[in-house]
Amino acid sequence: MNLPALKFSKKPGEMSRRDLLKSGGALATVTLAPGVTLMAFGGEATAAADPGKRWGLLIDVNKCDKGCTECVTACSKENGWKDTGHPETDAQWIRKVDLKDMATGREISAPVMCQHCEDAPCIDVCPTSASFKRPDGIVLVDKHACIGCRYCMMACPYKARSFIHEDLEDQKAHAPRGKGTVESCTLCVHRVDAGGTPACVEACNTTGHGAMMFGDLNDPESEIAKALASYPSVALRDDLRLNPGVRYSNL
Amino acid sequence: MKRLLVLVALLVGFLGTPVLADGLGPVIPKATGEAHPEGNLFMRINHMNLMKHDRDETVLKGDREISHSLKACIDCHVVNGDDGEPVSVKSEKHFCVVCHEFAAVKVDCFQCHNSKPQITTEALLKPELADANDIATYLKEAEE
Ligand code: HEC
Ligand code: HEC
Ligand code: HEC
Repeated sequence: MNLPALKFSKKPGEMSRRDLLKSGGALATVTLAPGVTLMAFGGEATAAADPGKRWGLLIDVNKCDKGCTECVTACSKENGWKDTGHPETDAQWIRKVDLKDMATGREISAPVMCQHCEDAPCIDVCPTSASFKRPDGIVLVDKHACIGCRYCMMACPYKARSFIHEDLEDQKAHAPRGKGTVESCTLCVHRVDAGGTPACVEACNTTGHGAMMFGDLNDPESEIAKALASYPSVALRDDLRLNPGVRYSNL
Repeated sequence: MKRLLVLVALLVGFLGTPVLADGLGPVIPKATGEAHPEGNLFMRINHMNLMKHDRDETVLKGDREISHSLKACIDCHVVNGDDGEPVSVKSEKHFCVVCHEFAAVKVDCFQCHNSKPQITTEALLKPELADANDIATYLKEAEE
């Protein structure tokens, strides 16, 4: 098993201007007189995707229960997608995949979603730059720019994207989606930006399986980076060298 | 040019109170919360550009502390129907529809975005939540 090293977009310990402002701001609020706030730094320190981070998932296949679909249900509830009755065109934000090793009889099950590749093929083929990667590694569709050509769906080796064929109504305010555009797992970007974790991870923890871990791959102190450093894990379709942000252990 | 004429006609409609009284201009529903520091006139003319700019801040850069969030427009500019529930863009009473109908503007935003505030009852019970333009903020508050 050849495991590509996780690439660091920035040398550890190197701080961006924003990091510096953030820590400086935090210090200032502690040390300066009351009433002196972050705004003293010109309002630069706004909450935006941090280029020093790379969000990712680690899925422990041994802990994933074959019959359990809580992660899928949670994603559907959170982002407001439903089965349409046409399985061939259903939304593909996340799905459970069951595998059986014919030689040994070992059966496994794991969720598969957008793998948030560093070198994402969907971005390469998008003619309008609607497919893009946020500074913190989350791969998204900017639906305002998406023309629905679906090249990205063809390019994705994980079949992690889908196209909306129906008119929709009453979407979730935090997850707008509509006919004629492509969609995929957003790593619950609206939750992540609010300091939360993706809905699937939360649901998996609630069931007690704890098969999904979310965190910053670039932070050597994060739980997920420590787990990746200590135990073997793989990327799906390792051979393509896309360096996905989603990793699987015990596969 | 046609657009400009429409805009001018619209603005004259707004500014000339007698015209409004004659029912020639759209009657813009009152909003909740604080008014825009830029002023109503500025908002009438520039709201689409402001939203377009801030949309990219949020979607591309992940900055959620934007001042012209579509979600937030919907929260403050609620219009209730006869049943006391907020109306959607299907109703000609909806804030975004009133003017657009008058000026013959068609927007596609609501093919994806919800045109009604999401946390309806809570927002009505707790007006301060109308500002919490993210459900996550609301949930966090609910947990505490
Ligand atoms: C094809 C679907 C789609 C259409 C059509 C669309 N949006 Fe969006 N919009 C999205 C998605 C998806 C997001 C990202 C939501 C998030 O991450 O919270 C978004 C986010 C935004 C945001 C930032 C979040 C917020 O609520 O403030 C703004 C502003 C915005 N859109 C404005 C518009 C405007 C104005 C239009 C119409 C001209 C429009 N959008 C049409 C899908 C769409
Ligand atoms: C914090 C609440 C709040 C938010 C958020 C908000 N507005 Fe307003 N808006 C107001 C208030 C209050 C007024 C003044 C209404 C009045 O005079 O009756 C107003 C006025 C306006 C007007 C002028 C109406 C007129 O009578 O001429 C426009 C246009 C407008 N808003 C558009 C928007 C758009 C577009 C958004 C989202 C980008 C938005 N507003 C977000 C509260 C809000
Ligand atoms: C005060 C009247 C008024 C209100 C209220 C209003 N609009 Fe508009 N809007 C206009 C006018 C007039 C235009 C066309 C301006 C032009 O073409 O130059 C327009 C244009 C737009 C456009 C650009 C459309 C295009 O094709 O270029 C968008 C997007 C838009 N409005 C979104 C909204 C949203 C969303 C709301 C509700 C939150 C809203 N507007 C409420 C008057 C209004």
